[in-house]
Amino acid sequence: MRITLLLLALLAACALSLVTSQHQARKLFAGIEREHARAKALDVEWGQLQLEARTWALPSRIEKLAQERLGMRAPDAGRMRLLRPDRGAGAKAGE
Amino acid sequence: MKFAESPVLAPPLPSWRARAVLVLLSGALVALGGRAFYLQGLNREFLQAKGESRYSRVLEIPALRGRILDRNGEALAISTPVKSIWAIPEDVALAAGDLEQLAAALELPRAEVRRRLGGTERDFVFLRRQVPPELADRVQALGVPGLYQSTEYRRYYPGGEATAHLLGFTSVDEKGQEGIELAYEKRLAGHPGTRRVIKDRRGQVVEDLEGARPAQHGQDVVLALDSRIQSIAFGQLKAAVARNRARAGGVVVLDAVTGELLAAANLPTYNPNNRSGLTGAALRNRALVDTFEPGSTLKPITVAAALEAHRVSPRTAIQTAPGTLAIGSATIRDVHRSGVLTVAEVLQKSSNVGAAKIALMLPPALMWEIFEGVGFGREPELGFPGEASGRLRPYKTWKPIEQATMSYGHGISVSLLQLARAYTIFARDGVLLPVSLEKRAAPPAGQPVVEPGTARAVRSMLELAVQPGGTGPRAQIMGYRVAGKTGTAHKQENGAYAADKYVSSFVGLAPASNPRLVVAVMIDEPSAGEHFGGTVAAPVFAAVMAGALRILGVPPDAPMRPIELPPSGADIPEESV
Repeated sequence: MRITLLLLALLAACALSLVTSQHQARKLFAGIEREHARAKALDVEWGQLQLEARTWALPSRIEKLAQERLGMRAPDAGRMRLLRPDRGAGAKAGE
Repeated sequence: MKFAESPVLAPPLPSWRARAVLVLLSGALVALGGRAFYLQGLNREFLQAKGESRYSRVLEIPALRGRILDRNGEALAISTPVKSIWAIPEDVALAAGDLEQLAAALELPRAEVRRRLGGTERDFVFLRRQVPPELADRVQALGVPGLYQSTEYRRYYPGGEATAHLLGFTSVDEKGQEGIELAYEKRLAGHPGTRRVIKDRRGQVVEDLEGARPAQHGQDVVLALDSRIQSIAFGQLKAAVARNRARAGGVVVLDAVTGELLAAANLPTYNPNNRSGLTGAALRNRALVDTFEPGSTLKPITVAAALEAHRVSPRTAIQTAPGTLAIGSATIRDVHRSGVLTVAEVLQKSSNVGAAKIALMLPPALMWEIFEGVGFGREPELGFPGEASGRLRPYKTWKPIEQATMSYGHGISVSLLQLARAYTIFARDGVLLPVSLEKRAAPPAGQPVVEPGTARAVRSMLELAVQPGGTGPRAQIMGYRVAGKTGTAHKQENGAYAADKYVSSFVGLAPASNPRLVVAVMIDEPSAGEHFGGTVAAPVFAAVMAGALRILGVPPDAPMRPIELPPSGADIPEESV
C-alpha cells in the first residue's frame, strides 16, 4: 500500500519535471530563434552600412570635397622632394 | 448465502448465447486488429505525413549572393534585402480615400495602382518590386487587406556609372546578366537552404525537425581592379569626351608586371542602380568588347616584327619622300612630308609611308606570326563575357596593299584591351603577359614573342615619340619617363573610310626604365576641332598614368623638371592619318 503511494508521488514528480523541461526547451529555442533573427538583421544592417560607407567614401566625392571645401590640390612636381630610404644622406652629392 | 448459489441464477442459460457473444467479440477484435494493421502498417507513411503537415512547415533559408570586391577589399557590388509588395486583387477592399493613400505610399500614379488591382482575371499581382523596407513599412501601416509583402534581394553598386560596364548587372531574380556578374555567376550565386520546423497556433516556430539543409551563401569575388585608379580613369575619360564632344571613349589600365586589369573605364555609361530607360548604345563595352581599327598605335608592333626578322635596325634609313607610296592602284599618304627617316624616326614622326615600306620588307607569314603572337585576332582570355577576338585575316590572303595598310593599323581590328595587352611585350622585354580580371598572388609566366633586345629597342623609340619632336609630347609626365604611341584612324562607314570621322588613341607605358603600368586610351569621333591622338588621347593618358603611378607609389625615374611642350603654334609633327 505504502509502496504504491510512493510510486504514485514519484510518477507525478517525473511528469511535472517533463513538463517543466519541455517548457524550458521551448523557451530556450525561442531565445535562440530570436538571436538568429537578430544576427540576420545585423548582417543586413552591416551590408547596408558597407554600402553607405562606400558611397560616402567614393574617390570622386572625396576629391571634390577636398578641392571645394578644404581647398586642397595635388602638389605639382616642382614642390615634391624625393627621398630614397635605401641611400644615406651622404649620397646627396651623387644625385 | 453465497452469490453463486443464488437460485435466480440457477436456471441454465442456453449455451449458444455464450458462444454467440464469444464469436461476436472475437470478430470485433479481429476487425479492430485488421483496421489497426491497415492504418499503422500499410498506410503509415501517408498518414504520418498528413499528421505532420498539420503542425510542421518547411521554411526556405535565403542565401546571399557574394559580394564583388576590388583589390583593396572595397565593395563594388553588395546584395541587400528589399521588400516586394503584392496583392490578391479579389481580396483587396479599398475604402473611399484608401486608393489615394495607397498610391502615395507606393509612390505610383493612382491610375497605375487602379489598373493593377483592377484585373480580376489574375489572382496574384505585384504592385511594386524591390522597394526599400521603409516604403514597405508605410504601406503595411495602411492596413489594407489583401496586400502582402515578401523579402527579395537586390544588388547595389556603390561605384555607380564608373564601374557599370565592368561589373555588369543582375536580373530581378539576382541572376548575373552581364559583365563580372555573368562571368562569375557560379561563384557569386548562393543556394537557398530549407529547414523543417514545428509552428504553433500563433505561427511561431517552436521546434526544429530533422532534415534541414543549410543555405550556401555565394562566395565573394576579389577583382584585380583598383577602384581609385578606376575613378581617375573614368573621371579623366569623362572630361576628355566632353571636351572633344566625342561619341564614346574607353580607357584600359593594365599592371605591366602581373597582367592584372587595374581599371577599365567606358563612356557612354549608365547607372547600374537604376536601369530604366537603358539603351543599347549605353550598354556597349568600348574597353573590352568593341573592336576598332587602331591606326598608328600598331606601328610599334610592325617595327618590332622587322627588328625581330633582322630586316632593319633602329638606324636603318627609310626614304619617305615624296610622302606618298603607290601600291597597285592605291596610294598611301603622309600628312607631312619628311625625307629620309631612320626606323626610330618613322615611329617618332609616325610616317605611314615609312611603316608601309618597313612592312613590305617582311614576309607576310612572319608579320602575321608577330601580330598573332601579341594577341591580335584571338580572344585575350580575360574571362569576360563577349570579349572580342578582333579581326586578323590569315596571311595567305594578304595582298601587298593590305600588308602595307596593316602596318599602320588599318584593315585589322582590335579591342582596346588587346591593344594594351600587346604593349606588355615592350614593358616586359618581349614577353606577352596573360591578363586577369582577378587579383593575382604572383606574376604569371608570360609567352615570349620577341627577343628582349628587340623589345627594349622599340621601347626607347617609343620614348622618343612622346618627346618634343614626336607626335605625342602631351603624354609626358613630370618625374617619369614615358614611352608610348599616338594613333588616329579614319572610321569606316558603309564599307568606306569616312573623311571626317576619326578614332583617336594612345597606348603607352611608364616608368620606361622599369615599366609598371600600361595605359590605353581610345576616343571615338572627337568633333571639337581636334582629332589627332596626340592632342585628344595623349593628355588623358598622361593624367591617368600620373594619377595611377602616384596611387601605387611608384618611385619617379626622371628628374622633377617641368615638361617641355613645343610652344603652341609651333610645328608639332602630326601623325599621318
